[in-house]
Amino acid sequence: MQQANSTRRQFLGLAGGAAVLGAVPIVTVRPAEATPAELASAIRNVTGGAVVKTGKVKLDVPPLVENGNTVPMTVSVANPMAPEDHVKSIHVFNEKNPQPNIGNFHLGPHSGRAQVSTRIRLADSQKIVAIAKLSDGSYWSATVEVIVTLAACTEEVI
Amino acid sequence: MPSALINVPTKAKRGDIIEIKTLMSHIMETGFRHTATGEVIPRDIITSFACRYNGEEVFRVDLFPAIAANPFITFFTTATASGKFEFEWIGDNGFSETASASISVE
Repeated sequence: MQQANSTRRQFLGLAGGAAVLGAVPIVTVRPAEATPAELASAIRNVTGGAVVKTGKVKLDVPPLVENGNTVPMTVSVANPMAPEDHVKSIHVFNEKNPQPNIGNFHLGPHSGRAQVSTRIRLADSQKIVAIAKLSDGSYWSATVEVIVTLAACTEEVI
Repeated sequence: MPSALINVPTKAKRGDIIEIKTLMSHIMETGFRHTATGEVIPRDIITSFACRYNGEEVFRVDLFPAIAANPFITFFTTATASGKFEFEWIGDNGFSETASASISVE
Protein backbone atom coordinates (compact mmCIF):
# COMPACT_ATOMS: atom_id res chain seq x y z
CA MET A 1 0.00 0.00 0.00
CA GLN A 2 2.79 2.34 0.98
CA GLN A 3 4.63 1.43 -2.18
CA ALA A 4 1.57 2.09 -4.34
CA ASN A 5 1.07 5.49 -2.75
CA SER A 6 4.62 6.63 -3.24
CA THR A 7 4.59 5.50 -6.87
CA ARG A 8 1.41 7.44 -7.47
CA ARG A 9 2.85 10.50 -5.77
CA GLN A 10 5.94 10.21 -7.85
CA PHE A 11 3.91 9.93 -11.02
CA LEU A 12 1.81 12.94 -10.15
CA GLY A 13 4.93 14.90 -9.28
CA LEU A 14 6.49 14.06 -12.61
CA ALA A 15 3.31 14.82 -14.54
CA GLY A 16 2.84 18.11 -12.71
CA GLY A 17 6.46 19.12 -13.28
CA ALA A 18 6.15 18.30 -16.95
CA ALA A 19 2.95 20.30 -17.28
CA VAL A 20 4.63 23.33 -15.73
CA LEU A 21 7.67 23.04 -17.96
CA GLY A 22 5.65 22.04 -20.97
CA ALA A 23 8.09 19.26 -21.57
CA VAL A 24 7.66 15.54 -22.00
CA PRO A 25 8.83 13.83 -18.84
CA ILE A 26 11.68 11.47 -19.35
CA VAL A 27 10.76 8.47 -17.29
CA THR A 28 13.91 6.74 -16.20
CA VAL A 29 13.56 3.02 -16.11
CA ARG A 30 15.31 1.24 -13.32
CA PRO A 31 18.18 -0.84 -14.58
CA ALA A 32 16.91 -4.32 -15.18
CA GLU A 33 18.07 -6.80 -12.59
CA ALA A 34 20.98 -8.98 -13.48
CA THR A 35 19.68 -12.09 -15.16
CA PRO A 36 20.96 -15.63 -14.79
CA ALA A 37 22.58 -15.07 -18.21
CA GLU A 38 24.49 -12.07 -16.86
CA LEU A 39 25.50 -14.13 -13.86
CA ALA A 40 26.80 -16.82 -16.19
CA SER A 41 28.71 -14.29 -18.28
CA ALA A 42 30.24 -12.64 -15.19
CA ILE A 43 31.38 -16.06 -14.04
CA ARG A 44 32.77 -16.80 -17.49
CA ASN A 45 34.77 -13.53 -17.35
CA VAL A 46 36.52 -14.86 -14.27
CA THR A 47 36.95 -18.49 -15.21
CA GLY A 48 37.53 -18.06 -18.93
CA GLY A 49 35.11 -20.90 -19.57
CA ALA A 50 36.95 -23.41 -17.38
CA VAL A 51 34.98 -26.09 -15.60
CA VAL A 52 33.79 -24.99 -12.17
CA LYS A 53 33.48 -27.89 -9.75
CA THR A 54 31.21 -27.86 -6.73
CA GLY A 55 32.91 -28.27 -3.37
CA LYS A 56 35.78 -27.01 -1.19
CA VAL A 57 34.15 -23.60 -0.88
CA LYS A 58 31.95 -22.73 2.09
CA LEU A 59 29.68 -19.70 1.70
CA ASP A 60 28.17 -18.51 4.97
CA VAL A 61 25.19 -16.20 4.55
CA PRO A 62 22.08 -16.18 6.74
CA PRO A 63 19.36 -18.09 4.82
CA LEU A 64 16.69 -15.59 5.87
CA VAL A 65 17.67 -11.92 5.73
CA GLU A 66 15.50 -9.19 7.19
CA ASN A 67 17.42 -6.23 5.80
CA GLY A 68 19.15 -6.60 2.45
CA ASN A 69 21.19 -3.44 3.00
CA THR A 70 23.75 -5.19 5.12
CA VAL A 71 24.10 -8.94 5.05
CA PRO A 72 27.10 -10.55 6.73
CA MET A 73 28.92 -12.97 4.47
CA THR A 74 31.90 -15.24 5.05
CA VAL A 75 33.59 -17.31 2.39
CA SER A 76 36.13 -19.95 3.31
CA VAL A 77 37.91 -22.48 1.16
CA ALA A 78 39.03 -25.86 2.50
CA ASN A 79 42.41 -25.86 0.81
CA PRO A 80 45.98 -25.58 2.12
CA MET A 81 47.73 -22.25 1.65
CA ALA A 82 51.16 -23.57 0.67
CA PRO A 83 53.27 -21.94 -2.06
CA GLU A 84 52.71 -24.94 -4.36
CA ASP A 85 48.99 -25.28 -3.65
CA HIS A 86 46.93 -22.29 -2.55
CA VAL A 87 43.82 -20.26 -3.23
CA LYS A 88 44.58 -17.38 -5.56
CA SER A 89 41.28 -15.56 -5.44
CA ILE A 90 37.68 -15.73 -4.30
CA HIS A 91 34.93 -14.22 -6.43
CA VAL A 92 31.38 -13.68 -5.22
CA PHE A 93 28.41 -13.20 -7.53
CA ASN A 94 24.68 -12.71 -7.22
CA GLU A 95 21.76 -13.40 -9.46
CA LYS A 96 19.34 -10.50 -9.08
CA ASN A 97 21.13 -7.33 -7.97
CA PRO A 98 21.49 -4.71 -10.75
CA GLN A 99 25.06 -5.97 -11.23
CA PRO A 100 26.15 -9.60 -11.00
CA ASN A 101 29.44 -8.92 -9.19
CA ILE A 102 29.75 -8.57 -5.43
CA GLY A 103 33.49 -8.67 -4.82
CA ASN A 104 36.81 -10.16 -5.89
CA PHE A 105 39.23 -11.08 -3.11
CA HIS A 106 42.86 -11.71 -4.05
CA LEU A 107 44.84 -13.94 -1.71
CA GLY A 108 48.19 -15.69 -1.75
CA PRO A 109 50.16 -18.42 0.06
CA HIS A 110 51.04 -15.89 2.79
CA SER A 111 47.35 -15.56 3.67
CA GLY A 112 47.60 -18.67 5.82
CA ARG A 113 43.88 -19.27 5.74
CA ALA A 114 41.56 -18.83 2.78
CA GLN A 115 38.77 -17.02 4.54
CA VAL A 116 37.29 -13.57 4.02
CA SER A 117 34.28 -11.80 5.51
CA THR A 118 32.40 -8.69 4.53
CA ARG A 119 28.89 -7.26 4.46
CA ILE A 120 26.91 -7.21 1.26
CA ARG A 121 23.70 -5.84 -0.22
CA LEU A 122 20.95 -7.97 -1.68
CA ALA A 123 18.19 -6.46 -3.82
CA ASP A 124 15.98 -9.52 -3.77
CA SER A 125 15.66 -13.11 -2.63
CA GLN A 126 18.20 -14.83 -4.78
CA LYS A 127 21.10 -17.15 -5.35
CA ILE A 128 24.65 -16.21 -4.33
CA VAL A 129 27.63 -17.95 -5.88
CA ALA A 130 31.19 -17.98 -4.53
CA ILE A 131 33.99 -19.24 -6.77
CA ALA A 132 37.54 -19.94 -5.67
CA LYS A 133 40.46 -20.02 -8.07
CA LEU A 134 43.28 -22.32 -7.00
CA SER A 135 46.93 -22.06 -7.96
CA ASP A 136 46.64 -25.20 -10.12
CA GLY A 137 44.08 -23.40 -12.28
CA SER A 138 41.00 -25.26 -11.06
CA TYR A 139 37.81 -23.53 -9.94
CA TRP A 140 35.53 -24.54 -7.10
CA SER A 141 32.20 -23.09 -6.16
CA ALA A 142 29.41 -22.98 -3.60
CA THR A 143 25.88 -21.69 -4.07
CA VAL A 144 23.46 -20.48 -1.43
CA GLU A 145 19.82 -19.41 -1.74
CA VAL A 146 18.91 -16.40 0.38
CA ILE A 147 15.46 -15.03 1.18
CA VAL A 148 15.37 -11.25 1.63
CA THR A 149 12.40 -9.47 3.19
CA LEU A 150 13.62 -5.85 2.83
CA ALA A 151 15.50 -5.24 -0.39
CA ALA A 152 18.51 -3.00 -0.89
CA CYS A 153 20.17 -1.04 -3.68
CA THR A 154 17.27 0.25 -5.71
CA GLU A 155 14.93 1.79 -3.18
CA GLU A 156 14.09 5.47 -3.61
CA VAL A 157 15.52 8.23 -1.50
CA ILE A 158 12.77 10.36 0.00
CA MET B 1 34.93 12.69 7.39
CA PRO B 2 36.30 9.35 6.27
CA SER B 3 37.68 7.31 9.09
CA ALA B 4 39.09 3.85 9.30
CA LEU B 5 38.90 1.27 12.04
CA ILE B 6 41.66 -1.31 12.00
CA ASN B 7 42.06 -4.34 14.20
CA VAL B 8 45.48 -6.01 14.00
CA PRO B 9 47.04 -7.98 16.86
CA THR B 10 49.92 -5.99 18.35
CA LYS B 11 51.96 -9.13 19.06
CA ALA B 12 52.26 -12.49 17.36
CA LYS B 13 54.58 -15.47 17.19
CA ARG B 14 56.43 -16.02 13.94
CA GLY B 15 54.33 -18.17 11.64
CA ASP B 16 51.04 -17.43 13.41
CA ILE B 17 48.03 -16.92 11.22
CA ILE B 18 46.47 -13.65 12.31
CA GLU B 19 43.10 -12.15 11.52
CA ILE B 20 42.88 -8.55 10.36
CA LYS B 21 39.62 -6.61 10.50
CA THR B 22 39.09 -3.32 8.71
CA LEU B 23 36.23 -0.89 8.42
CA MET B 24 36.16 2.29 6.37
CA SER B 25 33.29 4.74 6.73
CA HIS B 26 31.82 5.42 3.29
CA ILE B 27 28.26 5.69 1.95
CA MET B 28 28.86 3.26 -0.95
CA GLU B 29 26.16 4.92 -3.08
CA THR B 30 25.26 2.27 -5.63
CA GLY B 31 24.36 4.44 -8.61
CA PHE B 32 21.14 2.46 -8.98
CA ARG B 33 18.98 4.56 -6.68
CA HIS B 34 16.66 7.39 -7.73
CA THR B 35 15.38 10.48 -6.02
CA ALA B 36 11.63 11.05 -5.77
CA THR B 37 11.83 13.08 -9.00
CA GLY B 38 13.40 10.19 -10.86
CA GLU B 39 16.97 11.41 -11.12
CA VAL B 40 19.68 8.81 -10.74
CA ILE B 41 21.95 9.36 -7.77
CA PRO B 42 25.47 9.04 -9.19
CA ARG B 43 27.61 6.14 -8.09
CA ASP B 44 30.07 6.84 -5.29
CA ILE B 45 31.75 3.70 -4.01
CA ILE B 46 35.12 2.42 -2.91
CA THR B 47 36.41 0.33 -5.79
CA SER B 48 39.60 -1.09 -4.36
CA PHE B 49 41.09 -2.06 -1.02
CA ALA B 50 44.63 -3.29 -0.54
CA CYS B 51 46.77 -4.34 2.40
CA ARG B 52 50.57 -4.26 2.34
CA TYR B 53 52.75 -5.95 4.94
CA ASN B 54 56.22 -4.40 5.12
CA GLY B 55 55.75 -3.10 1.59
CA GLU B 56 54.52 -6.35 0.05
CA GLU B 57 50.90 -6.67 -1.00
CA VAL B 58 49.25 -9.51 0.93
CA PHE B 59 45.57 -8.90 0.22
CA ARG B 60 43.46 -7.00 -2.28
CA VAL B 61 39.74 -6.64 -2.94
CA ASP B 62 37.80 -5.26 -5.91
CA LEU B 63 34.59 -3.81 -4.51
CA PHE B 64 31.28 -3.44 -6.33
CA PRO B 65 28.06 -1.59 -5.44
CA ALA B 66 26.80 -4.81 -3.82
CA ILE B 67 29.19 -4.25 -0.89
CA ALA B 68 27.28 -2.65 2.00
CA ALA B 69 27.92 0.89 3.21
CA ASN B 70 30.96 1.32 5.46
CA PRO B 71 32.83 -1.63 3.95
CA PHE B 72 33.87 -4.09 6.62
CA ILE B 73 36.45 -6.58 5.43
CA THR B 74 38.25 -9.24 7.40
CA PHE B 75 40.99 -11.55 6.17
CA PHE B 76 43.96 -13.57 7.38
CA THR B 77 47.69 -13.36 6.90
CA THR B 78 50.79 -15.05 8.28
CA ALA B 79 52.92 -13.09 10.74
CA THR B 80 56.45 -13.28 9.31
CA ALA B 81 58.31 -10.28 10.71
CA SER B 82 57.82 -7.24 12.91
CA GLY B 83 56.77 -4.23 10.97
CA LYS B 84 53.89 -2.33 9.58
CA PHE B 85 50.61 -3.09 7.84
CA GLU B 86 49.49 -0.40 5.44
CA PHE B 87 45.90 -0.22 4.23
CA GLU B 88 44.63 1.73 1.27
CA TRP B 89 41.11 2.40 0.04
CA ILE B 90 40.54 3.93 -3.40
CA GLY B 91 37.18 4.94 -4.80
CA ASP B 92 35.06 7.15 -7.02
CA ASN B 93 35.41 10.94 -7.05
CA GLY B 94 39.07 10.77 -6.08
CA PHE B 95 38.44 8.98 -2.80
CA SER B 96 41.72 7.80 -1.32
CA GLU B 97 42.40 6.94 2.30
CA THR B 98 45.21 5.15 4.05
CA ALA B 99 45.75 3.69 7.50
CA SER B 100 48.48 1.68 9.12
CA ALA B 101 49.09 -0.59 12.09
CA SER B 102 52.25 -2.04 13.66
CA ILE B 103 52.90 -5.57 14.76
CA SER B 104 55.77 -7.06 16.74
CA VAL B 105 56.61 -10.64 15.84
CA GLU B 106 58.72 -12.79 18.15
